[in-house]
Amino acid sequence: MTEERAEKFLELFNKGKEFTEELLRENQRLRYRLASLETEGATGSNDEVHRLRDEVQQLTEENRRIAQRFKEVEEENKDFANRYIEVEEQNNNLANLYVASYQLHSTLDFREVIQIVQEIVINLIGAESFAILLLDEKTNELKTIASEGEDVMPGIESISTRLGDGVLGSVARTGESYYINQDLEDGGRVTLDKPLAAVPLKIKEHVIGLVVIYKLLQQKDSFSAVDYELFSLLAAHAATAIFSSKLYSQSERKLNTIQSFLDLLTTTS
Amino acid sequence: MRQLISFSLKRFKNARILEAVDGVDALKKLSGPDKIDLILTDINMPVMDGLKLVSLVRQNAQLKNIPIIIITTEGAEEDRERGLALGANAYISKPIQSSHLIKTISELLAV
Repeated sequence: MTEERAEKFLELFNKGKEFTEELLRENQRLRYRLASLETEGATGSNDEVHRLRDEVQQLTEENRRIAQRFKEVEEENKDFANRYIEVEEQNNNLANLYVASYQLHSTLDFREVIQIVQEIVINLIGAESFAILLLDEKTNELKTIASEGEDVMPGIESISTRLGDGVLGSVARTGESYYINQDLEDGGRVTLDKPLAAVPLKIKEHVIGLVVIYKLLQQKDSFSAVDYELFSLLAAHAATAIFSSKLYSQSERKLNTIQSFLDLLTTTS
Repeated sequence: MRQLISFSLKRFKNARILEAVDGVDALKKLSGPDKIDLILTDINMPVMDGLKLVSLVRQNAQLKNIPIIIITTEGAEEDRERGLALGANAYISKPIQSSHLIKTISELLAV
């Protein structure tokens, strides 16, 4: 649809261009003719010269109007091209968000959910080094349950920090995402407790863990607008997916225990 | 990643997707009865990596003309050059932009 409109605009634009060129040629021809008649002097007719002068004036005016319209169409065309790029970008972003959310809720297997979160962070956000931390509510400790790029940031595979301690602990306590400030004196140097980004995984206001990013892929300089959208999506959807899969695996275990107990009762009675 | 690619490929009507878990599985599927128009591969795969797959496809008389797109986290220029030198037609670095992927596929398949 948008491509068709773009083609129509282009067609209109080209027609305007051709028409303007034609008018310029005609204008040139008439000017030449007028000059010839003027040089011919007495042999030429004054009326003919006046008529031609008027015609030239009219054509010049028409030419000016068309040039103005040409400019307007050119502006519209530019505006349309920019909008087309925006729509394409939005489309791309929506595809990424759709796939991410679809994937997150495609399974109830805890390990698979974690793997999907990792895939989203690598393939859609473009992170090279990151960790997924879960909060142990009994000990109030955040611990790494999955990580990638340990060679770039040694220690991320075994992060353990208390709720409220440092950047990671604060993010888990407040539920507010953290993004490094590159303008600081140290140039935004990344450390284990000062990552590029730390996003809380939340079910409503209840934080169950964090996604912590330490380094982006070589070909990616900084986070883009859609990355922040993906972080929001991860914050909510990954949290519910992780939580549901944990509950499911717990209920599976309990069910198996009850089933075994019932089997035992049936056999003994 | 496969899901994002599958979703992007929905733009191509009648496109049928065969998925493989690694290079060996891909070669097996490529030698099957289905006519393959395009190969999309990662570099980092278990058993047989994407570069080996590209190289073997290009050496195979029946498969050598199938366009290949490498999609990978390896974004360094030398990785790109290596992939293209082995015979890949296009090299896309992650993160994946579905519009870029669609454009590349359209160009390769001339659709």
